[in-house]
Amino acid sequence: MTKLIVDGKEIDVPAEYTLLQACEAAGAEIPRFCYHERLSIAGNCRMCLVEVKGGPKPVASCAWGVRDCRPGPNGEPPEISTRSPMVKKAREGVMEFLLINHPLDCPICDQGGECDLQDQAMGYGVDTSRFAENKRAVEDKYLGALVKTSMNRCIQCTRCVRFAAEVAGAPEMGAIGRGEDMEITSFLETALTSELQGNLVDICPVGALTSKPYAFAARPWELSKTQSIDVMDAVGSAIRVDTRGREVMRILPRINEAVNEEWISDKTRHVVDGLRTQRLDRPYIRDNGKLRAATWSEAFGAIAAKVAASGNKIGAIAGDLAAVEEMYAIKTLLASLGSADVATAGTAGFDAKAGRASYIFNPTIAGIEQADALLIIGSNPRKEAAVLNARIRKAWRGGNLKIGLIGDNADLTYRYDHLGAGTETLADVIAGKHSFAEVLKGAKNPIVLVGSGVAARADGAAVLAQVAKLAADIGAIKDGWNGFAVLHAAASTVGALDIGFAGGRTAAQIAGGGADVVFSLGADDVEIAPGAFVVYVGIAGLSVFDAVREYTAGIGASWSIVASRSADGGARRLPAGRCPRGLGDHPRIVRRARPQAAIRLDGAVAAGDLQAGAASDAHRPDRSRRRRRHQDPRREGRRHRQGAVQEPDRGFLPHQPDRARVSSHGGMFPPGLGPVADGGGVRRWLNSGLAPCGR
Amino acid sequence: MLDDKDRIFRNLYGLDDFGLEGARRRGGWDGTKAIIDKGRDWIINEMKASGLRGRGGAGFPTGMKWSFMPKENKDGRPSYLVVNADESEPGTCKDREIMRHDPHTLVEGCLIAGCAMGAHVGYIYVRGEFIRERERLQAAIDQAYAANLIGKDNIHGWPFDLYVAHGAGAYICGEETALLESLEGKKGQPRLKPPFPANVGLYGCPTTVNNVESIAVAPDILRRGASWFASIGRPNNVGTKLYGISGHVNTPCVVEDAMSIPFRELIEKHGGGIRGGWDNLLAIIPGGASCPLIPAADCEELIMDFDGTRAVKSSFGTAGVIVMDKSTDVVAAIARISYFFKHESCGQCTPCREGTGWMWRVLTRMVEGRAHKREIDMLLEVTKQVEGHTICALGDAAAWPVQGLIRAFRPEIERRIEEFSRKATLDDQGVLDPAHLVAAE
Amino acid sequence: MSVRRLAPKELQPESFSFTPENLAWAKEQITHYPPGRQASAVIAILWRAQEQNAGWVSEAAIRFVADMLEMPYIRVMEVATFYTQFQLKPVGKKAHIQVCGTTPCMLRGAGDIIEVCQHRIHHDPFHLSADGDFSWEEVECLGACVNAPMAMIWSDTYEDLDKDSMNKIIDGFVAGTPPKPGSQIGRQYAAPEGGPRVLKDGGAAPHAKASEAPSQPALSDNDSKKASESANAQERPAPKAPAADATKDHPPQGGAPKEPRKSKEPKK
Repeated sequence: MTKLIVDGKEIDVPAEYTLLQACEAAGAEIPRFCYHERLSIAGNCRMCLVEVKGGPKPVASCAWGVRDCRPGPNGEPPEISTRSPMVKKAREGVMEFLLINHPLDCPICDQGGECDLQDQAMGYGVDTSRFAENKRAVEDKYLGALVKTSMNRCIQCTRCVRFAAEVAGAPEMGAIGRGEDMEITSFLETALTSELQGNLVDICPVGALTSKPYAFAARPWELSKTQSIDVMDAVGSAIRVDTRGREVMRILPRINEAVNEEWISDKTRHVVDGLRTQRLDRPYIRDNGKLRAATWSEAFGAIAAKVAASGNKIGAIAGDLAAVEEMYAIKTLLASLGSADVATAGTAGFDAKAGRASYIFNPTIAGIEQADALLIIGSNPRKEAAVLNARIRKAWRGGNLKIGLIGDNADLTYRYDHLGAGTETLADVIAGKHSFAEVLKGAKNPIVLVGSGVAARADGAAVLAQVAKLAADIGAIKDGWNGFAVLHAAASTVGALDIGFAGGRTAAQIAGGGADVVFSLGADDVEIAPGAFVVYVGIAGLSVFDAVREYTAGIGASWSIVASRSADGGARRLPAGRCPRGLGDHPRIVRRARPQAAIRLDGAVAAGDLQAGAASDAHRPDRSRRRRRHQDPRREGRRHRQGAVQEPDRGFLPHQPDRARVSSHGGMFPPGLGPVADGGGVRRWLNSGLAPCGR
Repeated sequence: MLDDKDRIFRNLYGLDDFGLEGARRRGGWDGTKAIIDKGRDWIINEMKASGLRGRGGAGFPTGMKWSFMPKENKDGRPSYLVVNADESEPGTCKDREIMRHDPHTLVEGCLIAGCAMGAHVGYIYVRGEFIRERERLQAAIDQAYAANLIGKDNIHGWPFDLYVAHGAGAYICGEETALLESLEGKKGQPRLKPPFPANVGLYGCPTTVNNVESIAVAPDILRRGASWFASIGRPNNVGTKLYGISGHVNTPCVVEDAMSIPFRELIEKHGGGIRGGWDNLLAIIPGGASCPLIPAADCEELIMDFDGTRAVKSSFGTAGVIVMDKSTDVVAAIARISYFFKHESCGQCTPCREGTGWMWRVLTRMVEGRAHKREIDMLLEVTKQVEGHTICALGDAAAWPVQGLIRAFRPEIERRIEEFSRKATLDDQGVLDPAHLVAAE
Repeated sequence: MSVRRLAPKELQPESFSFTPENLAWAKEQITHYPPGRQASAVIAILWRAQEQNAGWVSEAAIRFVADMLEMPYIRVMEVATFYTQFQLKPVGKKAHIQVCGTTPCMLRGAGDIIEVCQHRIHHDPFHLSADGDFSWEEVECLGACVNAPMAMIWSDTYEDLDKDSMNKIIDGFVAGTPPKPGSQIGRQYAAPEGGPRVLKDGGAAPHAKASEAPSQPALSDNDSKKASESANAQERPAPKAPAADATKDHPPQGGAPKEPRKSKEPKK
């Protein structure tokens, strides 16, 4: 630790801190544009200048290390000033330079209201312009369908260039030309290909890169912000859902160091438009091959009749987005009807009885950074879990991670040894015949990452067993480290396995004629063989169905999604935020939700979930922090160190959780159907509509 | 005036053979092995004792710079010598003469410097525009390889490979870290310091970047002894120096002479005098475009060295003197320099990127007087906002000439503004129009 | 500098690849740098590509070089647009004239040279002349300030220009018989007009002529290694050190005195 005096206040900070970090530790606010915690230091915006006593000129605090400061002549600690006239003057100067060529188009800029430049100009700029020349005009660039550009606004901080090259691993962005004509662009304005490009919009401190789909859609101050968890892949990224009135406007990442840091994939971010159109808003019944709108009692009647007629030849298939509660409900229903044929497409090949560690991502996502060897088997993490892939890349860039791949040779944004494509190669590695086996054996914290594609094979279970054996052989499973990692493709799979939503026939068997009545919980991707009566419960019927009920998936639903990972080696089953949407961050609701959790998950899991959620209470930032400026993680990484996100959450009213949720996100639901769209609604539906036929 | 025998670059004008034979005839490659055998500590101490200050503009003591290099490469990182031959400062054209007429001084210097800093590989980064110079230098290196003077297993016992790399038109690559970036195949954008190149330089390895002249004089200094070199000039400003004299003199030239030569002597002896006589002198820029200009009044007593130029609020730079006589439109001359810096700004950091263009535009208006008088102070303030706030020294370099102009020629700028507004307030018949007056103010 | 863009599509050649000689040369360039650092050679190789491609860099060449050096296209694009010696649009077939316009040349009449180019080639820089044979641009300092004004055509500099000589040079390129590069007024490189005032003997020691190579290097005898009396003999009184002379307290170790003095014999 090194002693420093910041604005007269003495503090102790680690020597490897930068001055910016040290100043923040001392409570001083340092404005910045180019600096971003998760990117390399560029030091080019010059906004973070501070004065180091004794130096002739201010220094860029983002780049200047604490250890670079020289102590005074008598060994006094170095003195830093963030409020001296020199600093004030420097900031004003830099701010003026940033603004002389920045257009005054805030009223039509999508960044307005959440713009670093706006905020900091208010805080550190002067109110007039002395610039009498013409402003620079820069041609807008085409960057593809997701990122909209308005390059006049660009302040050349190069965050986007660094993000693309470093985090996304797709070095497509660059700054061409030089001097005042430097321009940010992609090569010949080709569309970006990165699956993380949406984050460019977030890291751009001004309105140069904005979201194309969201263009001119809403102002940030109009939006209600609700914390949630992403269900588009099995990672469970922390997200914030911004809604205006009844409509979901956009999805942004929240910071969760254990999962997504502050990135989300484009799939997550841009799923919004799928919520807007073609929603099921009433029951339908298929008559003579044609769907017709029906009343609820008609629909329930039809379902009950079919169920009664089918005996126990009933099955249920849950889709990728299905929540634990609804799966449990349908499982209970089917059990009462004498059938155990429940499955999701992803559960085949796994045996929940083998223990939870056999199907989760044991090392945890953050744990990837501790790993020094990684064998990927039958997975393309870049496609299946883009954010997790970014974490692998981060670890790889750190230089200590050696990566091998058995499976399709693909560009994963990092270099790896392609060992082979099939089980023979796996057998070779297990037998120690392959050179990569040595790497794994020699590693301290090896990870064997097996993709869901492996389990989906006909011999999935056998291959999984082999992989597990390999993990054990190379010492990946030991005290304090479990390197056996299953990367599922769907958000619902782990939850399904947790509650035993598996064990009977597999999804393929059910769909392939194994049942006369098939309940489809939004299993849009599963093709069900003709002949079965399909009860579709979901938000948007994409496949053939016979009767429909609506529910809301992911957004709008308040149910649990158990991502394919656990917090820390399995001791805590589920990390914070893994509970019913938002509950992880809203312990009061958890507490109240617990007695109401009529859907009893099987013992330990449910309790674990809820406790994990409650445990996160301790990590919540105190409320006073919320009122500070720069609260929004989208705007900058400023408050990352403090942990969670601070925006006030208007989505929940603690004393009336169910109603409140429905009312504030009513936009999800068609009028009049709101109350059935939560757990209670389903219960009511199950009790009222189906109870007679079941008994 | 320096005697020919004390000149280090004895083929400055290319009268003799540039090649190995000519170099040997002029005393080059003589006793190199003996120097290298004395070891790096002796070389560095001797260089320190010689008092040689870097010839690239900043004037940092060369021996000390070499001593910053790690003694041994514990972590396996090799050390690199990089020679900065990106001579692009307007007014400076001394390294060009070394490279095309006396390249062996540089090659020999590289070997010795490499030995002194523990580097087995050296790169000479030549500016892109010096195509023939690059070819000459390459020819000299090839000769040295052929004679086994350098290379993996050379006769001097210090394995040393020397390569010529080049830029392609970017003044900023003369900044040492920008040069390293360029050498790594990137845009020449300066790096943040610290870490300094001696710690993290080329490819992240310890690197020393030296000017051509600093390296090329080293062999002669070591051969003749540090005290010889230190005896020329005055304390803190010793040795011989290549001066470039350009602009309004009768005979512009490059010449090697002693440090601390009086400016007037330099001009009259070598430059053939100011065009139109000494009294016709308006101002000079003493060391390349980045130095503030010195008005004629201060030139009378001016001593051409680091301290002498600093005493008149300018800097010695590279000793490329640009002379301006009274026919010069001095505002336009500085505006052109301002354009140069705007053109050469790498665009990385805000104050330089935005400030250089702003300064140039205001100055361009001031050339015709199309400005307000208050804008002079504003311009001065803008230069202060650029100076000291940038990553590298280009921001400072862009600010200084403008500051120098305002300091020395403020009345001239004001006169132009007045004249312009007077014209603007006269209507077609030359009658003073009060409406225009109001509009102008 | 204005915004630099690649030439429009219709001017871009379909493809680019090195001639075998250039390819071998490029591969050799890569060996100058440590393994994995092949990107270091990008400027040299791009330059060679420009030479092969009639003096300008095409988009295909950028991609070719990027592929060759395993660099992302945008990185090579950055390099090509950052460094202004890379021409991104076709230039004159016979000559692309780069006139230095920076202050030292400007003071000595670069404006006249530019005028000649405007008159003879095209009013605007980077535009081809009507016959497509010529183009010109104003460049920043080319490093021949003592030979100002000057211009560069392909690899050679033409120095000490005036309107007439510039016209003659253009005439020479039109006719396909370019004049001799270097000073156009017969100066000996950077020596003063009228011949060197120092080093008149051609560099070697006075007694050594190139024709009669001495057995000993000229300066290996000890005499020549002392500072001559004249080294510090100035016509003016010894200059005073300025008030803020840092050497007052820390004189250089060589201890240079104000008066010239005899140095010791070098150790040999």
